[in-house]
Amino acid sequence: MIEIKNLSKTFRTAGGTVEALKNISLTVNDGDIYGIIGMSGAGKSTLVRCINMLERPTEGAVLMDGQDLGALTQKELRGVRRDVTMIFQGFNLLMQKTCLRNICFPLELAGVKKAEAKKRAMELLEIVGLPDKAESYPAQLSGGQQQRIAIARALATQPKVLLCDEATSALDPKTTHDILELLKDINERLGITIIIITHQMSVVEEICNRVAILDGGVVAEEGEVSAVFADPQSDAAKRLVFPDGEEEVVPVHPGERVLRVVFNGAMAAGAPLITQMAIDEKIAANILYASTKCLGDKVYGNMLLGLPEEEETVQRAVKYLTEVGNVLVTEVTGNA
Amino acid sequence: MLDKMFTSEAISEALLILKEEMPFALWETTYVTVLATAFAIILGLPLGILLVAGEKDGVLPLPKGVMHVLNVVINLLRSIPFLILMILVFPLTRLIVGTSVGTTASIVPLVIAAFPFVARLVESSLRELNPNIIEMAQSMGASPMQIIVKVMLPESIPSLISNFTIAITTILGYTAMSGIIGGGGLGKIAINYGYYRYKYLVMLIAVIILIILVQLFQSIGTKLAVKLDRRVKH
Repeated sequence: MIEIKNLSKTFRTAGGTVEALKNISLTVNDGDIYGIIGMSGAGKSTLVRCINMLERPTEGAVLMDGQDLGALTQKELRGVRRDVTMIFQGFNLLMQKTCLRNICFPLELAGVKKAEAKKRAMELLEIVGLPDKAESYPAQLSGGQQQRIAIARALATQPKVLLCDEATSALDPKTTHDILELLKDINERLGITIIIITHQMSVVEEICNRVAILDGGVVAEEGEVSAVFADPQSDAAKRLVFPDGEEEVVPVHPGERVLRVVFNGAMAAGAPLITQMAIDEKIAANILYASTKCLGDKVYGNMLLGLPEEEETVQRAVKYLTEVGNVLVTEVTGNA
Repeated sequence: MLDKMFTSEAISEALLILKEEMPFALWETTYVTVLATAFAIILGLPLGILLVAGEKDGVLPLPKGVMHVLNVVINLLRSIPFLILMILVFPLTRLIVGTSVGTTASIVPLVIAAFPFVARLVESSLRELNPNIIEMAQSMGASPMQIIVKVMLPESIPSLISNFTIAITTILGYTAMSGIIGGGGLGKIAINYGYYRYKYLVMLIAVIILIILVQLFQSIGTKLAVKLDRRVKH
């Protein structure tokens, strides 16, 4: 468990002091895939670097399983960094070393024997799906492949926590999806807690279970991804959930009830879900807003449906849609 | 001058000198250049690393005063003209080699002149490195020494080789000057025969051999740097 307590970070620059983070408090539980999302300059990268003390917090503390990381010596901290590893937007592979030696790098730092390190690296290449790239150099690989090598390297020391700093921002949508699938798999199979820094809501949507929205150095909103998506409270959250401000133009007719349907990887790409609901359940839903996209045969995104006001109809619709799987349905109350 | 240069007499005389003295002079020049470069790298490489690692935001921050002294000393040594430096270091040369004249003695002023230059070249090589790579190593728990030895140096190898090639060709040029203090080699032949005894053809040949040597060192260095650079898709 990682607890961030009242953390602030100020930078002294030539133009005065800049408050990058203000009184941040967050708790990341073991096994979470925790998203920290915000626009450029919101302080996300600084926050993630405070978690492994690459940046020292000006105030506040970071506790890992109750241990205050700020109180550790440099040497002790190096040990902790084998438990909290990191991947980056720019991959940051050693360009003069083979993929195998890149993956061995953190083990070499930790003093693991060469043969043992190599064996572990080969296993990791298998896990990230690039067993034939051991002797290739990073420059010979695509961006997605390079990030896979970086992930293998980050897993080498068998960490408890993996920090991802805009790890998919330099990748195309398809590759982003593949990398996110890999991270999800790692989280599930190896039980590694993952903290993801991103500016892309789609990334949070796709794999995170909890999210904190960072805005101007403060946490604007925090909670379950589905809850934040279904009913964003803060302006920052609304901006991220509805990047085009589409929500403003959603017409809500008098007497109409509105459901938000969040598709979180539903297997619905091939099926006309809303039409099917009309046929099967005889419910005529009015699509008020929709922003969905298909990745493979799965659907991500969300939709606002207008329904007739009878309670029974709404219940049936919720039941029908929920049964699809990986779909989250909540009723939107008030003016959405 | 030109009309006297290519008379049959001058040519046969030049050929004789070429046959008798050039092989040894070539050996002397190569030996002095290679040794002086090696020593300059031994001294300059750690200094160059300190110049980068010792900075305020470097991996091994050193006190500001130390960095300041280091920079001033390097600049000072680099600003003394080589001809004067050769004479200034006579006492040091005598201390190390036992004499201040001769081929081996000329290595000392060459090293003194070249190591601050090498330090600056190493500094510029290491500064080319992507700072995110160093952050990556820190995030993996690397110590400052591990970052220097396992990340900064290996990742800079192509650039370091290119810069060491610049160093060796520059030092080769300087060896020619050391002919003045009795250093042997092609420089000595050029000065003794060409300048003092007006045998311009000998001087010309010595200079041409120097040019060929520079070309040789440069192309070997460039080839090596490219060959070892794994960012290039071979």
